[in-house]
Amino acid sequence: MAKTATRKTVAAAPSAERRAALAGQELSATGVRLAVLPPAERISLRAPEASVAALAKALGVTLPRKPKTSASKAGRTALWLGPDEWLIIDEAGKDPLADCAEVTALHSAVGISHRNIAISVTGPAAAAAVNSGCPQDLSLDAFPMGAASRTILGKVEIVLLRTAEDAFRVECWRSFSDYVFTFLSEATRDAAA
Amino acid sequence: MLLIRCPYCEEERPELEFRNAGEAHIARSADIAGESDDDFEKFFFIRSNPKGIIYERWRHMHGCARFFNAVRDTVSDKFLMTYKAGEPKPAKLPGASK
Repeated sequence: MAKTATRKTVAAAPSAERRAALAGQELSATGVRLAVLPPAERISLRAPEASVAALAKALGVTLPRKPKTSASKAGRTALWLGPDEWLIIDEAGKDPLADCAEVTALHSAVGISHRNIAISVTGPAAAAAVNSGCPQDLSLDAFPMGAASRTILGKVEIVLLRTAEDAFRVECWRSFSDYVFTFLSEATRDAAA
Repeated sequence: MLLIRCPYCEEERPELEFRNAGEAHIARSADIAGESDDDFEKFFFIRSNPKGIIYERWRHMHGCARFFNAVRDTVSDKFLMTYKAGEPKPAKLPGASK
């Protein structure tokens, strides 16, 4: 009886207001611009080789098989993170978790929309700004447009996606977002100098 | 900074993305409860710690997150080669001074 009552209260109460970390923060310097991107739907997808085709069909985006690549279609991006692991980001407001739920092939899809936040780094000195904390080779030969990789920035793990020749999307955990934004702000000043 | 070739990412990546995970090719006994104390000690604690070529497990922690094996020279700290987890010890080592 008590259980039912509790459930009712929960259902009746308006859903809690979500406060995105660092929402709307921006920073501009010569050659680089930082911006915290609006919330997006994200899932962490793990699947064996046999399930990839069915999942790609349900999600409407190719799941790339080559290391350090990504595929994008209609506001949805699939980033290769490991041999059986992808990060799906949906910026069109549709829930990829619901699409995966219809797939009967073996897979694991975990919603991580609220775990991550994204920061865009754009401008001619964007690569220099990211490189101040990320040890990877970000030249266009080694890290072309569409390249994606899990890597590190300073002390924290990030997922880096090159969205254009002079634009990067930095995905980090929400709890690290303050550190990442501050780090990139300092890097931006250095890159601009 | 060292560059380590990850066999899953198929390219060399900076060492900051990796973690060492101890000696490789240490097989756990199928009948661990039946092991004598001495054998268990050898399996659990005793490592070869050689001066020269060592076979190690490494993990591409901040990359593809996969474990793999690497052959490293403990004197020069040079990585001779890396190969996927589960593959047998390589018979031939490239550039090994022997």
